[in-house]
Formats: sequence, C-alpha cells, structure tokens
Amino acid sequence: MQVQSMHFKARSGQKLADQRLQANLRKLSTKWVAGRAAAIAELDDFETTRDDAVQRRQRALANLDVWLERFEQEATRRGTVVLWAETPAEASKLVVSIAKRHQVRKVTKSKSMVSEEMALNRALEAAGIEPIETDLGEYILQINNNEPPSHIVAPVLHKDKDEVSDLFAKVHQKPRLTEVNQMTREAREVLRPHFLNSDMGVSGGNFLIAETGSVALFTNEGNEGMCTIVPRVHVAVTGIEKVLPTLEDLAMIARLLPRSATGQSISNYFSILTGTRATEEQDGPEHHYVILVDGGRSGLLGGDFESMLRCIRCGACMNHCPVYQKVGGHAYGWVYPGPMGSVLTPAYVGIEKTLDLPQAATLCGECHVVCPMKIPLPDLLRKLRERQFERGLRPLSERLGLAAWGFFVRRPSLYRFGTRAASQVLRWFAGAKPHLRHVPGAGAWTQHRDFTAPSGKPFSTQWAQRQTSNHPR
Amino acid sequence: MEPSTHHPEATTKHSTSALSNLETKPSPDAVLPAVRLRVGLFYTCLVDMMRPEIGFATVRLLEDAGCQVEVPVGQTCCGQPGFNAGELAITRDLALQWLQSFEMYDYVVVPSGSCAGMIRKHYPALFRHDPDLNIRIQRLSDRTWELSSFLVEVCGMQKPPGRFQGAITYHDACSGLRELGVQHQPRQLLQSMPGLELKEMQDSRACCGFGGTFAVKYGAISAAIADEKIAQIKQSGASCVVMGDLGCMLHLEGRLRRCGDQQTRVTHLAEVLAGDSQALASEPKLTRGED
Repeated sequence: MQVQSMHFKARSGQKLADQRLQANLRKLSTKWVAGRAAAIAELDDFETTRDDAVQRRQRALANLDVWLERFEQEATRRGTVVLWAETPAEASKLVVSIAKRHQVRKVTKSKSMVSEEMALNRALEAAGIEPIETDLGEYILQINNNEPPSHIVAPVLHKDKDEVSDLFAKVHQKPRLTEVNQMTREAREVLRPHFLNSDMGVSGGNFLIAETGSVALFTNEGNEGMCTIVPRVHVAVTGIEKVLPTLEDLAMIARLLPRSATGQSISNYFSILTGTRATEEQDGPEHHYVILVDGGRSGLLGGDFESMLRCIRCGACMNHCPVYQKVGGHAYGWVYPGPMGSVLTPAYVGIEKTLDLPQAATLCGECHVVCPMKIPLPDLLRKLRERQFERGLRPLSERLGLAAWGFFVRRPSLYRFGTRAASQVLRWFAGAKPHLRHVPGAGAWTQHRDFTAPSGKPFSTQWAQRQTSNHPR
Repeated sequence: MEPSTHHPEATTKHSTSALSNLETKPSPDAVLPAVRLRVGLFYTCLVDMMRPEIGFATVRLLEDAGCQVEVPVGQTCCGQPGFNAGELAITRDLALQWLQSFEMYDYVVVPSGSCAGMIRKHYPALFRHDPDLNIRIQRLSDRTWELSSFLVEVCGMQKPPGRFQGAITYHDACSGLRELGVQHQPRQLLQSMPGLELKEMQDSRACCGFGGTFAVKYGAISAAIADEKIAQIKQSGASCVVMGDLGCMLHLEGRLRRCGDQQTRVTHLAEVLAGDSQALASEPKLTRGED
C-alpha cells in the first residue's frame, strides 16, 4: 500500500470534521472497549496468562531463525512449499508467479494485513488475475473502489450500516436493504459462486507452528475455510515474526487474542492448516504454499524495537487510543494505524515519511495497559521521537524552542527571574480577566482553548518573600 | 505496568490514630513524633508559574501530616517537555539538578502525577550507562512521591485539613494513574471530607487530550479529546472537576471557557484537600499582587 502518513495532519483535520465518521468511531469506546473488559474479566488469571504468553513470544523471537527453519522443515515434510520474501513487493511477485504456474484466473482472499503491505490485489489485477475479497468488511471496501481498511481487525469500522446499504444497492444493482442480516445474505449470494469457481485461495496467517509446520487462523465469518480448503491452491502470506515453537504456545496465546481483539473468548472459526490434502483426506488444497515476508521485521531484532515483534495484531491498542478514537485509521496513512501502527510504520517504511506518527500521541499509556503482549508502546513512540531529534528531522522552530527552554531550565536563578517577569507580563496583559482568548506567541494553544493567566506571583517568589518575612535578618 | 506497591521505606512513621485525632486539636507537640520527616517540595514549573496557590496548599497538607517542608531553590522543571520531544541531553541535566537539590531529603513530594511519574519511572533509565549515578538517582526516585499517595501511604493521613461543600467529580490524570497507580488514594482523602460528595464520571481514566506538547502540536485532536472528557464531567452532575495535574487542568479549563462554560470549576486536588471552598462558588478570587 502506498504510504500516505506524511499527510497525517491534514487528514486528521478532515476526519475530525466528518460528523458521520465521528459517530461511527463511538463504537470503539462503547462496544469494543467494554467487550474486551468483559472478556478479560472472564479469565481469573489474566495477568499470569499474559506474562506466560509474553515469555513464549519472546522465546520464539530469541531464536527466530531456528524456529523458522524448523517450521520450513516440518511444513515441507507435509507437502507445503515454503517461500521467503525479503520485501512485500517480492512476496507479491511470488503470489503472482504461483498463480500463473497453476493457471489461476480468480483468487478468493481471506483477510490479511500482510497482503495489504504487499498491495497484492493491485499486483494480481496487473497480471490479469481477478482477486475477490471475501471477508465481509474487506469485500465492502473492495467494491467501494478498493478503499483501504481503517482498522486491522474491523476494516470497515469507519462506515455505518446506511453507507453499506447505499453501496450494496449501487454495486449489486438490487433494491436497497436495511437489515444487517439481509445485507449479509446478499453479500453471501454474490460471493458463493466466486468461492465455487475460485482457482486459488489466499489467506494470512495469525501464527505459524514450528513443530507441526502449520498455519493457524482465527476468523469469524467462515469465509476463511472457503478460501483455504475449497480451491486447488492455497497460499498463506504472513510475517516472519509470527512463528511459535509449539501448539502449546498457540493454545496459551489463543486465550488472549480473541479476548483482546473482539471481546470473544474464542473466535467463531479457528483453523490449524497443515500441509496439502493427503490421499485419504476429503478436503484441503492440492497445492499449499506459505510465503514468509520479512518487510523490515528482521531489522527490529536485537534492537530497541524488538518487543514490537511480539505484536499479535489484536487491535486493542487502537481501540483504546484517545487519538485513534478521534481520527480513525485512515489518518495514519498506511496499513497499520493507532499506537502499534505508529511504531511499525516508521520501522517498515522509513522514519522520514512518518514524522507525525510517533508525535501524534498523548502518551497516556492506555495502549500499554491493554496490550496482551505488554509491548511498551509509549516508550517505543518516545524512542522514535529520540531518533527524529537525533537525526535533525524535527522542524527548526521546535529545535530552537527546545534549545531556548533548555537554556533557561538549566539555570535556576535566571529561570526564576524569567518566570517572575513572564508572570508579571501575563497578569498585566490579562488585567481583570483571567481567561484570555489570544496571547501573543501562544496561538497554537489559544486556537482551541482559552489561556488562563497566572493567578499570582510565582510560587518561588512568594515562598522566598515569606521566608524572608518569617526570618528577618 | 505495575501499580505502585507499598514502598519499602514507606513505613508509617506516625501513629495514624494520633493523626486522625487532629480534629480535636490537641497540642501538636503532644501527638507528633519527635523527629519529623524532612520533605523537599518539588513544586513543578507549572504550579510555580500558573497557580502558586497549589504550592501553598501542598505545603499546608504536608505540614498538617507532620512533615517539615523545605523548598530547595535549585529546582526548575522535571524535564518532561524535553524527554517527550526526544531531547535527552537537557533531560539528563535536569535530573542531575534535581538530584543535587533534593538528595538530602527523606522524601521528595510533587503535586503532580505526571512530574512524579517522570522522576520515578524514567529518571533512572536515563543513567543506565553510569552505575554510580544510576544508583543515586534510583534511590532518590524511590523516595519521590506524588502528593496524594504520599499523604495516604507514607503519612497515613486519614482526614485532610480542608473543608469543602458540594459535589465534585475526579479525573484520573494519565501518568499518575498508569505510571504510579494513583487511584484510590485521592478518592480516599476526598471521601473523608464531610461536606464533599464524590460523583464519579464515566471513563474517569480516559485521557483528557492534553499530552504536554501534543496539546499545541495537534491542537485540534487535543481539543476533540477534551470535548469527550468535558461531556463526561457534565454528565456526572458535579459542578467541579478535581485532578492532580495542572497541565490537564489548564487544558480542560481553557477548553471549557472557550466553549462558553464559565461555571464548571477545575481544581487541583491539593486545593480541595487543604482549602476552604464550595463547589458552586464562582471563579476563585485571584490574587494579583504587584511584584
């Protein structure tokens, strides 16, 4: 997907002004936040589960090469072809060449964020292959001129039912429906023939299991099985960081993923896909491929941002983020929005193109509190700010402002003098009115809120005066 | 994020029952232990400049709890603006300035969860590569407390000295809540005040949108987040919102006034605990002394 993160400020302004979007985003705090809280409360040992899961993820990452090779061996032994892609673009080329090799004309797709990184649909279309998104949310976006998803779990979160009604009526050329289950049925009717004459299915992979060479998938709509089992060929694309050593690791993490993501104790469908169809088996693909995508991930290993590789893509950080709740996912300008996206996007596409992302956070810390993998997101965002500062990527005005502030705060006597003077000027300027609508030089503050004038001489000044009068020399 | 646990040094040095009897006003000398805790007040740059009365309220509370309060002159700012902008050199200098100013005290008390969080959670790591400094900073940061948690957990305060009539709602400012576990302490103190009614708002732990320089870098988003918080404050039915951080206060108060609300009072916890006021009183009288 093309990176648009440099337009964060302009886009977030548009999103704030979009009343319909604002209403749709309310679902986050009312539905998603509450749902997770209830599901977490079901576990009487959430903290222990979380600690254990973090350790398991960390263990996998500590020897990532070993587990990936083990996965390759085990998967290969069961008939899967494992391919490696250094970049998302390379991964796309691999999918296209697999499709060509098997004379594929139509590809049915289950939801995959890695395939968004790869801009896979565009690559397939360019090669004359028809991609069909079959996750309901992704399908809605595809028929709406390939609109990008705005959330990693609920791609169409930014839309309401009425928008979808209008869209379906227009695209399907049928009477406008208003009931969700009617609309879902209509989408099913459209998708069913695609499932039946699809030559190849593409899915993501929530996890890879090294000991069995399997791909694990958590889904809710049943379309995943139609993509991974029905067609002749199944290709799973996923990041190299998704490998887990054992099924036991998967079982532990499975307790956290749906709860953190959608507030479910387990997703409606949960598949462990292993190898190709064996002779005695009734279903499964004849050809099975797994494409392991690096796309910047290996660069995080062993560095300040390694903990980010623990991410299991539940979306809890964005659901709970006050900024995401106001601007939605499109403002962030790439595949991954919210706090996790503000760390991943700079890491994967370059710090220079994403200057706003680490800055556009209040550092309230709620993302860290809810992250099932305990990723210290606020610390990572701050680390990125350090990198921006070290590399001189911040605007001159900001650097000068910091330098001036640094000059004063390191000189306590001068600082006290300056504070006293500034306080006096502000109080003089305010006169009898404590709340100012304009203050010269503070436009960025007063554009949105009044400035409250100091309520008296600085504390340090008053305290010093009091000490002198209490203890006259 | 670990909630603040009872500090190892935080043994209650005063008899709590003695403190709770303060209302009957026996001679302070009779109930206070001979050696008083020597507390250095880190008043914070915002309190210093914008609302000095919070500093005096803090002193009153600490003295009421039996502490000997001193205010070192070498202090300016905890360094958060630099730290959160990724400028670590200034931040380290400010940490050293703080160490220099406060190392001799039993405790450092800060009327701000955000500045106390900066010190306790982030100062030590700034000196990871200098073991000598690291250990000194660590020791002092372990003795640094946000005001309400210090009053409850270290001093064992049962009942604050102030008086307040009316209903308030309490906003959990982010750093105090999530970095230090400040949540039950301020409520415990507030609820012990006879005339005060605590009306909890929905999502009191949600961010107000201030976020330090975020408030000016992304003012529109910051204001939109504030509006959510303001809606919750109003729905609570209280005419006064109380919190422990002046940054969030200035942001919320500024937004309230800009949106035409001249009534809702935005008050610091210390002012309520130490003061003598009413929820529905109009704007607090501002002292505009001449320098």
